Amino acid sequence: MPLIIEATGVAKAFGATKALAGVDLSVPEGSIVGLLGPNGAGKTTLVRVIATLLKPDAGQVRVAGHDALTDPHAVRTVIGLAGQFAAVDESLTGRENVEIVGRLYQLSKAEARKRAAEVLERLKLTEAADRSVRTYSGGMRRRLDLGASLIGRARVLILDEPTTGLDPATRNDLWDFMHDMVREGTTILLTTQYMEEADMLADSIVVIDRGKEIAKGTSDQLKERLGGDVLDIKVKNPADLVRVAELLRPLGKPQIAERTGRVTVAVKDRVAGLLLAANAIQDAAIELDDLGVHRPSLDDVFLTLTGHDAAESEAIAAPRPGRAGRRGKAA
Amino acid sequence: MISDTLVMLRRNLLRIVHTPQLLVFSTIQPVLFVLLFRYVFGGSIKLPGVNYVDYLLPGIMVQTTMFAGGQTAIGLAEDSKSGLLDRFRSLPMARSAVLFGRTMSDSVRGLFVALLMIAVGIVVGFRFHNGLLPAVGGIAVAVLFGFAIAWFFAFMGLSLRDPETAQVASFLPIFPLVFASSVFVRTDSLPSWLAAFARNQPISKIANAVRVLMQGHPRMARLGISESAGVLFLQSVAWMAVIVAVFAPLAVRKYRRG
Repeated sequence: MPLIIEATGVAKAFGATKALAGVDLSVPEGSIVGLLGPNGAGKTTLVRVIATLLKPDAGQVRVAGHDALTDPHAVRTVIGLAGQFAAVDESLTGRENVEIVGRLYQLSKAEARKRAAEVLERLKLTEAADRSVRTYSGGMRRRLDLGASLIGRARVLILDEPTTGLDPATRNDLWDFMHDMVREGTTILLTTQYMEEADMLADSIVVIDRGKEIAKGTSDQLKERLGGDVLDIKVKNPADLVRVAELLRPLGKPQIAERTGRVTVAVKDRVAGLLLAANAIQDAAIELDDLGVHRPSLDDVFLTLTGHDAAESEAIAAPRPGRAGRRGKAA
Repeated sequence: MISDTLVMLRRNLLRIVHTPQLLVFSTIQPVLFVLLFRYVFGGSIKLPGVNYVDYLLPGIMVQTTMFAGGQTAIGLAEDSKSGLLDRFRSLPMARSAVLFGRTMSDSVRGLFVALLMIAVGIVVGFRFHNGLLPAVGGIAVAVLFGFAIAWFFAFMGLSLRDPETAQVASFLPIFPLVFASSVFVRTDSLPSWLAAFARNQPISKIANAVRVLMQGHPRMARLGISESAGVLFLQSVAWMAVIVAVFAPLAVRKYRRG
């Protein structure tokens, strides 16, 4: 399939902070590409460069054959952007919000009206369409924001953490919706902090950390690199971390996360791995808080690919008090 | 570009219509100023052969445009913070339309407030003493100045990006320019060093232009405003042209870069 987004060597620094340190990104037409990484990894910066909101310090960006640096206007005619926060106008109605964006996509008045009705219907906002956005819930605002990015029949949807902060039901609706869009030929580039989301949606995933690509491939390929599912052990006493890791060595290459008191190791066979670990630990009389097997999460990807966990990376990139406890836990 | 600007103008006017409380409160404020100065200070400020309210109201019309400018700054800082400006910047629309739409809708609102203030003024004794056409010219000068100064405040709001900061910051230029001016008192009552500044700064020029247009030159000459209506009009237009020429490109550049 032809590439609809081609970014090469994109670099951007804000003062002394290197937000992007030379990233490549290729998005084939008609696919969903997930940009996966923790807060502060550079996802939003890359998305803003591609959406012509930010000029990179170095690198090339082409969208649907147009150069984002020399002809941003042409790029804007083919993209639809929904940023991290629902960019909707509180004091207008839902319909007015979408119609105005339609007019700014250079649709005629009649066409904007017709398309707005279609988009609102599609996002289940018809009933609320003529109410002030002030009365909308968080999920409705997100849907409206997405609606605004759709009204110009964008060929490429650029969605920055589209489901962050949404309840599971609304999130599932949005996932279905994105699948429908792609079936109809739209291309989607989305950023996410959740492996589960990338897994569910994306045809291919690009993992970035500290402004650099650290892995890419399909969800299966990434999991293959992880070596399967993840055996996850939380010890009661941090002093036992190294001993537990030693005991797990027959299974693979155990990773220690000291901050959370966990040892993880990728296992091909869930049951055999779990049995071996449980027996070995019992024989050694080490006390545990938890023992389980789960699908690889963003943290596991991070631990394996970088040797540090996602929250640590987050803390370095954007020190924010109270954020470290929130982890990308996947089912 | 024109159609994008009209869409943005319509959007901003819709916002005003949907948020009537903002319009109501931003109208009450200048009306309060008219009433307070008319009745609290009016008694002690004696002007030879001129009713204080006839002198005051044109000044308050210009002062109001400055306060409205503060709202321009706050509104754009809000749009910047909420991500709305990013959305507009990602659309295939004219780069200047967002700001033109904003300054134009603020001018429409300014015209509405000006007319309402005149209505209230007439109730408390204000009269036009120079005929209808020059009076309309006076209103036009005040509203056009509102359009020009909105570009300064737009630049300020886009630079600060935070509505609360914008609110505090917008008072910094407003207070010295409005109070060290001819808005409330004649400048020859000020100490000479201050009078020199007050006489020549743009707010005084605009206020005096509106006054002379509304009240006629002979009456205002008695209060030390020596320039004729034509001179004041040209000086006002020159100030507006300078303000727009400096701040419109700065604001648009700031908008482009996000």
